[in-house]
Amino acid sequence: MSLGRKNPFWRLTSWILALVLILPVLVMLIASIGSSDSLFSHLWQTVLPTYIENTIKLSAYVVMLALLFGIPSAALVTQTNIKGRQWLRWMLLLPLAMPAYLVAYLYTDLFDYAGPVQRFLRESFGWQSANDYWFFDIRTLFGASVVLALVLFPYVYMLTRTALEQQDRNLIRAGRTLGLSASKAFIQIGLPLARPAIMVSATLVMMETIADFATVQYFAVNTLTTAIYDTWLGYGDMAAANALASVLMLFVLFVVVAEQKSRAKQRHQSSRPSKETELICLSASQQALALSFCWFLVIAGFLLPITLLISMAIKYSDIGQFKALTDIGMNTLYVSGIAATISVCLAVFLSLYKRMHEDKSAKWPLQLSGFGYAVPGTVLAMALMATFAPIDHWLNDIAVLLSLEKPGLILSGTVFAIIFAFVVRFAAIANGTVSAGIDKIPASLDFAPATLGAGLLATIKRVHLPLLKPSILVAWLLVFVESMKELPAVLLLRPFNFETLSTFIYQLISDEQLEQGAIGAIFIVLFGLLPIIWLNKDKH
Amino acid sequence: MLKKIIGLSALLMLSASTLASEVNVYSYRQPFLVEPLFQKFTDKTGIKVNVVFAKKGMAERLAREGEHSPADVLLTTDISRLIELHEKSLLQPVTSSEITDAIPSQYRAADDTWFALTTRVRNIYSAKRLGDVELSYEDLADPKYKGRLCTRSGKHPYNVALVASMVATNGEQATLTWLEGVKKNLARKPQGNDRGQVQAIHQNLCDLAIGNSYYFGKMLTNEEQKVWADGVNINFPNQANRGAHVNISGMGMAKYAPHTKEAKALMEFLVSAPAQQLYAETNMEYPVRAGVEKSALVASWGEFKADTLSLETIAKHRKTALKLLDQAKFDL
Repeated sequence: MSLGRKNPFWRLTSWILALVLILPVLVMLIASIGSSDSLFSHLWQTVLPTYIENTIKLSAYVVMLALLFGIPSAALVTQTNIKGRQWLRWMLLLPLAMPAYLVAYLYTDLFDYAGPVQRFLRESFGWQSANDYWFFDIRTLFGASVVLALVLFPYVYMLTRTALEQQDRNLIRAGRTLGLSASKAFIQIGLPLARPAIMVSATLVMMETIADFATVQYFAVNTLTTAIYDTWLGYGDMAAANALASVLMLFVLFVVVAEQKSRAKQRHQSSRPSKETELICLSASQQALALSFCWFLVIAGFLLPITLLISMAIKYSDIGQFKALTDIGMNTLYVSGIAATISVCLAVFLSLYKRMHEDKSAKWPLQLSGFGYAVPGTVLAMALMATFAPIDHWLNDIAVLLSLEKPGLILSGTVFAIIFAFVVRFAAIANGTVSAGIDKIPASLDFAPATLGAGLLATIKRVHLPLLKPSILVAWLLVFVESMKELPAVLLLRPFNFETLSTFIYQLISDEQLEQGAIGAIFIVLFGLLPIIWLNKDKH
Repeated sequence: MLKKIIGLSALLMLSASTLASEVNVYSYRQPFLVEPLFQKFTDKTGIKVNVVFAKKGMAERLAREGEHSPADVLLTTDISRLIELHEKSLLQPVTSSEITDAIPSQYRAADDTWFALTTRVRNIYSAKRLGDVELSYEDLADPKYKGRLCTRSGKHPYNVALVASMVATNGEQATLTWLEGVKKNLARKPQGNDRGQVQAIHQNLCDLAIGNSYYFGKMLTNEEQKVWADGVNINFPNQANRGAHVNISGMGMAKYAPHTKEAKALMEFLVSAPAQQLYAETNMEYPVRAGVEKSALVASWGEFKADTLSLETIAKHRKTALKLLDQAKFDL
């Protein structure tokens, strides 16, 4: 049974959209053919094994830490009477507004041997050199993992929290009537039901970690992404770089498929969230523990870095930047907002297509369109150039033939390319979030309206979309914030005189003078906060 | 009222027409440095300058854009990038006696496709506590400095160019042995940036560091960083033999530049004495134009002997340098 079976338009459009989104990835795969074997064997004999080991370790650590941070914090604010939960509920989202490369820069600076913390310790205790005391080395794989997890855990927190809040309380209540304590009912019933959302978030965290370059660079940790950059920019071998990027993507593909398989057999649960949640009462000591845990996350992931930025801004920045920054901020809002809206529309379209069509191939457009997430921004930008430049040339040639004015590089040389890059790169976020939301809508709701004579469109409009609203909002927010923070793709694709907040800050960081960009960095965080605040204002 | 409107619109049209000509720049150089120069150029000529600041992939972008590329002038921070553009046939020769008269022949391409704008030395910073030392790059591998050396990633273009110059001078095997020796002397895994190394010397973590000359000036004029710089001496290596390794920042004209006339004007402006003076003052680099004064601070570090090895040769050994860095597992 499937409602949309007789809708060839839907099928065709879904496949076309998915193909358009995956086109750059395909171009990248094709470009990897013919890469030099000698370079690979050189890399394999020298540095590649360490890079691979680092990549696997880093993604494992970051995912574990992000789950360790995200799940308990989501559980605490939704299930317990933790003090100030109305505050913590949204404050735990704040680290999301922090670009990872910025936090990495601030923390390596802070905890380095020459940084203020160790300097203070040496001065206070009269230590002369590194041999006189022990202090953790921030520029290690583990240091990088902690910092990445601190800014990425909100994915886990946000999706888990949304899942828990939308849960059918009757299931928990049924558990309670069968004698389970509130906390046991949560652990045995509530948490397993949130698994799809948790898995999606873990996959997102992993993909984000794998595609990262700037952050690990500050930590002097070399990963496969380092190898991609080396082969491309150092050795000038684009084909080999594409081949490495393809390997990276296959690795991610493997994880994504495994994740899909692991929850394929889950049934749809009904979604009847109720306002009156029975909260687990924490004892005084539990309360203290829970509070320090949650506040640690808020402070380490947001308050400390923003304080550092504000103090820099007060010390160095000149107010003259303000006007320019507002313009740059508007640019950023503009491209990120459009990208988020397109991504969410695509995600809804493709997720509903998958749900309404029973044939096995129906899930493919949704999955295919998410592959871009694992591709590092720079590689994706190169792939986009390779995809659109020929089309642009073709358009110009036609214009010349028709004796029209040449349009120039209207696809590869304008903000179109940037928005397209955002959509390709972050479609996975929107897809994952929206489809996890759809999975929670009971199958029966697809057919009930039909018995009342409602058509497909009416069903979607009046049943699915309203039920999906929370997931859609979350998806929009995530794509928006991620687009705003995205750096390498913009750096490469931007047209003349076009800056976003991230490129603005990066220019200054790369010239070793973040102090002067501190106001810009605060702007990026503030713009990132807007949707977070907006998303939370009418809840509870 | 009507008069006012007519006057105003005439003024608007006038300003529009004076700004009608423009020139498009792809720049590896940072905005704070080039924007004041562009502003001066626009004030002088009325030609508007549009910029894209890039770090990576400029050559690919240009190659993809091909004959439809809007780019006119390319600015880079390192010789390898210029050679890369040249090798991919993305540049066109510029015939201008104004430029060739200003720039010594070792600092421009034989076929006039690229030109240096400034030079920068790869110095060795030493802790003041070491006293006056005579150093060569080769000394960095001397076991007596075990655990006393700091540097940024070996793969950074500035270090790659230095290693490439070592390959050109001493050969591949000797350079590998040298790299392994240097690695053994490191106080910590290569990390951070050039300033960070000087900060580490100030904090007693190491005694020697590799860094570009202009950072010294930048730190000395920065309130917070001055204390770091005060703790070190800036040394020009290999003064007893071949001289210190020098890299350049430079420019070239894009092969398909749509605004060749304006592009040439901009390039001529960038080598003019006032622009070179501004470069020298703002970024504390060495101007390539003869007769332009260094900044007073830079001049205070004294005269030095520069390695005369041709920039093309350095660029040619770049890939070998990278392979050796991999082999020595320098960054790991």
